[in-house]
Amino acid sequence: MPTRRRALFILAALTGLALSSIALALMVGSIPVSPTEVFSTLFNHGGGMAGDVVRSLRLPRALAGFACGGLLALAGALLQILLRNPLADPYVLGISGGAGVGAMLAILFGLSAAGINGFAFLGALGAMLVVFGLAHGDGSWTQTRLLLTGVIVAAGCGAVVALMLSIAPEHKLRGMLFWLMGDLSQTNDPKLALGILGAALLVALPFARELNLLARGADTAQTLGVAVARLRRGVYLVASLATAAAVTHAGSIGFIGLIVPHLVRLAAGNDQRLLLPASVLAGGSLLVIADTLARTIVAPQQLPVGVLTALIGVPVFLFLLTRDTQARRP
Amino acid sequence: MTSATTQTSPLLEARRLSVSIGGNAVCRDLDLSLQAGERLAILGRNGAGKSTLLSVLAGLRAAQAGAVLLDGSSYTALGPRRSALIRGWLPQARGDAFASTVLETALVGRHPHLDRWQWESAGDAKIVREALAAVDLAEFEQRDVQTLSGGERQRLAIATLLAQTPRLFLLDEPIAHLDLKHQIAMLELFAGAARDCGAGVVMVLHEPALAWRFCDRALLIHGDGTTESGPAREMLTAERLSALYQYPLQAIECDGRISFIPR
Repeated sequence: MPTRRRALFILAALTGLALSSIALALMVGSIPVSPTEVFSTLFNHGGGMAGDVVRSLRLPRALAGFACGGLLALAGALLQILLRNPLADPYVLGISGGAGVGAMLAILFGLSAAGINGFAFLGALGAMLVVFGLAHGDGSWTQTRLLLTGVIVAAGCGAVVALMLSIAPEHKLRGMLFWLMGDLSQTNDPKLALGILGAALLVALPFARELNLLARGADTAQTLGVAVARLRRGVYLVASLATAAAVTHAGSIGFIGLIVPHLVRLAAGNDQRLLLPASVLAGGSLLVIADTLARTIVAPQQLPVGVLTALIGVPVFLFLLTRDTQARRP
Repeated sequence: MTSATTQTSPLLEARRLSVSIGGNAVCRDLDLSLQAGERLAILGRNGAGKSTLLSVLAGLRAAQAGAVLLDGSSYTALGPRRSALIRGWLPQARGDAFASTVLETALVGRHPHLDRWQWESAGDAKIVREALAAVDLAEFEQRDVQTLSGGERQRLAIATLLAQTPRLFLLDEPIAHLDLKHQIAMLELFAGAARDCGAGVVMVLHEPALAWRFCDRALLIHGDGTTESGPAREMLTAERLSALYQYPLQAIECDGRISFIPR
């Protein structure tokens, strides 16, 4: 029996997790900073060199990581409902493929970080419009058709990206590969991503109960009072923009959008009123923790965070999958 | 059966309705009206368009021509939410993409009764538990729906529909997958809703004997665009049903019940 009190309790616990993950990210690194120092640098602007590192390097990076993780988890949760497919993730509809094409082009042209972000966002929007236009062209809309269109567009984008990688000059390859694997080291201003995350969650939450119905089938939802066509268009738009924002900021970080909604579902049930905000908090925390590991494990070198989320994500997901099938056996 | 002169508008009305699917006509210029408390059976061969017609009546699919009125208003005028307070629909096929408990699944039936930010109250839970008890699933509250058998899932879908508390039930093969005991129990349940609560019931059935026993009226869909409708006792004869199913049937009466045996 879902109750508001239980949802608030779980969200409070996850908020605690999110705050601890960010605190950890601020403390750990080449210059270790103690918790009291972190506190004083954040609120009293003191702390000398450690203070600068925390305020101008670690805090923006941690917040950007949190925002991107939250956006990806939210988009994944929404798309799993929209497509009624537990295997859907934010990249299944080709949005990251489009962003990848844009970013690779920008890197090939030698554009700055802002130029790469701009091109990536344009590429994501382009893929989003193509998929929507092709899947929705005649007004009908089936999950299979949307999914197939998305998968094909993603495959096409993948081929274009591979083509550009193969003709790219040697010295640009490393930057391109890092972008494709997902990388938070280039992010500096987290405000925009945090703002988009907040806006996406605020737009999605009022429709959370209707999403519960959509998960049980479009016709059932319609006969129970949901304006299905409008809701689906909205979900597609919000999920696509959230994905585009995250990918533009940090590249294609894998597995967050797929496993976080499933983790939350297994732990707290499939009520979207709880699942959407809980996924945001859990996805943000997971990416912050993964990024902290990515920049400390082989310091001073940095690993692409996408590699770490996948390395954490794959075994966790496989474990949950086998545990789930065992629990279901009578 | 015309009832155009009644003061209040009928619960469900179809006016000159033409429906076709994949180029095949299901019905042409069909006029139909269902008053509160009436039970209508829809019969026809596989692929004749029974489910298609039912989904048109449920407002899920547009008709080629004609109008469907719910309580005198069209689905467009009512909007999805107010329509959901009047009519409920039992789908033929269902699949659950995600794990969920039986109680949570039946609770979604309360959706049209709740405001946007409202959560299900103890009162809603009580209604849902009564619905689960009515379909013999009271002990199954915490079971995962993905572990249920076909018949149990069917009864859960009926419980969800009961929790919605509509005044008009549109049932697509309500007794599919059910054992004999539960077939009769579910049909008694809807007959009771019609008799005691004045609900209107439209059901697609494959068993003419049960339609004869549980429905007042019958609509026969021949699959070529022609339809016949009238009182169940007049429509459900061996002669008409043999023509409908294109297979010779023989009626056998016993203790006031009837059975149709394929020859």
